[in-house]
Amino acid sequence: MTPSKKGFTVPLLKQGKVADDTFVRIGDEDPLPDQGDVIVGLSRWQADRDELTRHKGSLGVELAVGESPSEIEGDLAHFDVIALDFPAFSDGRAFSSARLLRERHGFQGEIRAVGDVELEQLHFMARVGFDSFLIESDDPEKDWTTAQADLDLWYQPTEDGHTTVRQKRRR
Amino acid sequence: MPHVVIANRLRDGIVVFLGTSHQWVEKLSECSPAQSEAEEEALIRLGQEASDRQEIVDPTLIEVEEKEGVLHAVKMREAMRAMGPTVREDLGKQAEN
Amino acid sequence: MYQYDEFDREFVEQRAKQFARQVERRLAGELPEDKFKPLRLMNGLYLQLHAYMLRINVPYGCLSSEQMRKLAHVSRLYDKSYGHLTTRQNMQLNWIRLVDMPEILNELASVNMHGIQSSGNCIRNITADEYAGVAADEIEDPRIYCEFLRQWSSLHPEFSFLPRKFKISVTGSPNDRAAVMAHDIGLRLYKNEEGESGFEVFVGGGLGRTPFVGKSIRTFLPTEHILSYCEAILRVYNQLGRRDNKYKARIKVLVHETGIDKIRELVEAEWESIRDGALNLPEEDIALIRARFTPPRYEAPLDSEDELKALREKNPDFDRWVDQQLAEHKQPGYSIVNISCTPIGKPPGDISSDQMEAVADLADLYSMGELRVTHNQNLVFTDVRRQDLFKLWQALVEIDLETANHGLITDTICCPGLDYCALANARSIPVAEKISNAFADHERQKEIGEIYINMSGCINACGHHHVGNIGILGVDKKNSELYQLMLGGSAKEDASIGKILGRGFDEDGIVTAVENVVDTYLEIRTDGETFIETHRRVGDDPFKERLYGASPKTR
Ligand code: SF4
Repeated sequence: MTPSKKGFTVPLLKQGKVADDTFVRIGDEDPLPDQGDVIVGLSRWQADRDELTRHKGSLGVELAVGESPSEIEGDLAHFDVIALDFPAFSDGRAFSSARLLRERHGFQGEIRAVGDVELEQLHFMARVGFDSFLIESDDPEKDWTTAQADLDLWYQPTEDGHTTVRQKRRR
Repeated sequence: MPHVVIANRLRDGIVVFLGTSHQWVEKLSECSPAQSEAEEEALIRLGQEASDRQEIVDPTLIEVEEKEGVLHAVKMREAMRAMGPTVREDLGKQAEN
Repeated sequence: MYQYDEFDREFVEQRAKQFARQVERRLAGELPEDKFKPLRLMNGLYLQLHAYMLRINVPYGCLSSEQMRKLAHVSRLYDKSYGHLTTRQNMQLNWIRLVDMPEILNELASVNMHGIQSSGNCIRNITADEYAGVAADEIEDPRIYCEFLRQWSSLHPEFSFLPRKFKISVTGSPNDRAAVMAHDIGLRLYKNEEGESGFEVFVGGGLGRTPFVGKSIRTFLPTEHILSYCEAILRVYNQLGRRDNKYKARIKVLVHETGIDKIRELVEAEWESIRDGALNLPEEDIALIRARFTPPRYEAPLDSEDELKALREKNPDFDRWVDQQLAEHKQPGYSIVNISCTPIGKPPGDISSDQMEAVADLADLYSMGELRVTHNQNLVFTDVRRQDLFKLWQALVEIDLETANHGLITDTICCPGLDYCALANARSIPVAEKISNAFADHERQKEIGEIYINMSGCINACGHHHVGNIGILGVDKKNSELYQLMLGGSAKEDASIGKILGRGFDEDGIVTAVENVVDTYLEIRTDGETFIETHRRVGDDPFKERLYGASPKTR
C-alpha cells in the first residue's frame, strides 16, 4: 500500500477496476518483511539480490527516472511487477522505459505507473505498456472510462494490440 | 510603493486587478492600491484564494504609481497588460472607454 | 495538398472533444492550472499578457482556401478580426476566451484544423519549404514525408512529455528555405549517386538562449526509414535530455554536451533495433499517402509573355511587384507568387479577417485553391498562371497586400514581443515598423538588395534573430527597452549564427544603427555582393567602427 501525500491510500487501478494492492513498497533502509509481496528500489535490488530472490512472496522493482531498464535486463524473470516513477506530470522518461521493457526486453509482468499519475496521461500510459496505475483520484474507474472514451485512433504502432491508422488504411 | 494584485480571469483570460476594495476589477483606475505591508498581504492572500477557487490565474503583486491623478503600473510589462498593445491602440483596455 | 481521409478527420474531431472535456474540467475547478497548462499548451492555447492566445497549426505551411476562410470566420467571431502569421508557419489569434475554446475547436475541426502540439514539450508542427512541390529548384517533393511525420508525431504516446519542445523541418531543395539547420531535427531530401531518395539528417540545431547550427548525424537515410530514425533520435533525447534546467533541456544542449559522435552512436544503436519494425515505410504505404495529395491540374501554358511585358511597361508598380514577388515554378506558364503580409510600417505577419477572406477567394480564382504560410510571415500562392498575374495584382492592391518587398530589407521577421507576449523583455513590432518606415523607398531597398532583418523580443528567439543577416534582440535594462544588434547570421544552406556587435541601443537608436550598418555596407561592398557576403568578407570591424567610433584594434 502506498500512502499519498495527503495521507490516505492511493488506489490501484488495474484493467479498468480498482484492485487490491498486495504489494508493499520497501525503502532502501527498511527491513524486509518475512513474507508478503514487496517492491524495492533498484539499488536495494542490486545490493540485496540474493536475499530478495529467496523472499517468500512476489517481488517487484521500482525504477526511478534516469534508471534505465537495461540495468535489469537480465533479471526480469525475478519480477512480477516493475513500477516506474513519474516524479512530475511533465516528466515523460518513464514512457520510454515502459516501451523498452515491453517491446525490447519482452517483459510480460505488470508495469505499474506510480508518482504523479493523472487521468490525462492514462491513455498514453496504456499505449506504451503500463497496465496498472497508482492514481490519486476520487474515482479511478471513471477516470479510466473517460480516458478510454477520448480517442480510439492511433497513428503510432506500439505493441499494445491496437490497430493503427496505417493498418486500417491498408484494409 | 503602492501595490495591487494583477491576474488573468480564468474564463476569458482578461486581465483583472485587485485593490483594497477586495473586488476584482477590469481597470487599474478602478482599483485603490494597498499602501501598507498588511494591506499587501491581505491582497496576496485573497489573490491566492481566488486562484485556489479556480477563478483567476497567476495572481501577482505589482507596483503601481500615481501620475497626475492616474494610476500606472511601474513595470513595462504590467503597464502593457493594464493598457493593451502599443501597436494597436484600438484594442485592449486603452480602447474601452 | 494532402486530403484528410476519414481517419485523419475523425482523429481531429476526437481530439477537439477531448480538449473540450479538459476545458470543462478546468472550468469546473477539477483541474488546477499546473496540470491544465501542459494540456492546453498541447492544444496550442497560451495565456499571454492580455488574454489567451491560440496557435493554430498549418501543417508544413499548406493551407486551403476553405481553411483560410474558416480562419477569417473564427478570428472575426471569437477574436478581434485579425490573426498573426508566425515564423513557424502557423497562425495565432491573440484575444481568445477559454470558454469559447470547445466551439472554436469544433469550427476548426470542420476544416481539419486544430492546435494539436503547436506548443508544449512535444513534437511541434512540422515545418517545410514554403515552395514545396512547386519550386523549380526542387529535387523531390518533401510534403509526403512531412505528412508521415505529422501523423507519426500526433499524440505520440511516448514523446508527449519531452524535456522541452521539439521542432522538425524538411526541405527538398538545395536552396534551403526551411532553415533546417536551425531545428532540433532538420531533414534535407536529395538523391544520392545511385539515384535513390534519402535524407541528410541534422540534429541539435536551434536558436534561443544558446544557439547552435544543426550537426549532420547521418548523410544518407533512405526515405523508408524516416520515421524509425526520428523515433530513435527522440527516444535517446527523451531519456537523456536534461530536465533540471529548462534552458538546457533542448536536444541541442544534449548534442553539444555529449558530442555528436556519441549521440550518433546511441541513435544508430537504438535505430538498429527498430529500423525494420512497424515504422518502416514500404512503397505501398508511401503510395497511399502520395495518392491523397491532389495533383494540381496544370494547363498547357497560354503564351501571355508579350502581353505581360506590355502590362509591365505600362504599370511601373505592377512591374516592380512582378520583379520582386515571383519565384520560379517547375511548370512552364506558372509562377509562384509571394504575397507580402509585411507592408511598410505595419506589424509583420498581421492579417485582418477581411484580408483572409479576400485572399481565400483569390486563391480559388488564381491558385487552385491552395496557399502557403511562409517562415517569414508572408503568404504564397503556389500555382498562378502567368496570364493571371495582372488580375491577381490588381485584386491584391484592393486589399492592401501588394507590397513588393520580398527578400528586401523591409520584409522583416519579427515576433510579437512585449506588445502581446508574456515572456517578452521588450517590444519588437514598433521597432520593425520604424525600420520599415526608414527604408520605405523602394529604389533604396532595391539598391540594398537581399538582406534579412530578424527581430525577437526576448532570448527565446521566435523572431530567429540569430540567423538574421542583421539580428535584433530586445532586452530589459532597468525597466527600459534596449536593443542589441548582431550581424552575420543566415538561415539558409550556409547557416550561421550572428554575434552581438557591441553595446545596445534604445528604440530610436537601433533604427539609426541599422541605417548606419546598411550605409557602411553600401560603401564597402564590391560589385554584386549581398550584405551577408560583404560581412563574411570583412567581418564586424568596419561596422563596429561606424557605430561605436573606436578603432577595432583598441576595442
Ligand atoms: S521571442 Fe520572446 S518575446 Fe518574442 S514571441 Fe518569442 S517568447 Fe515572446
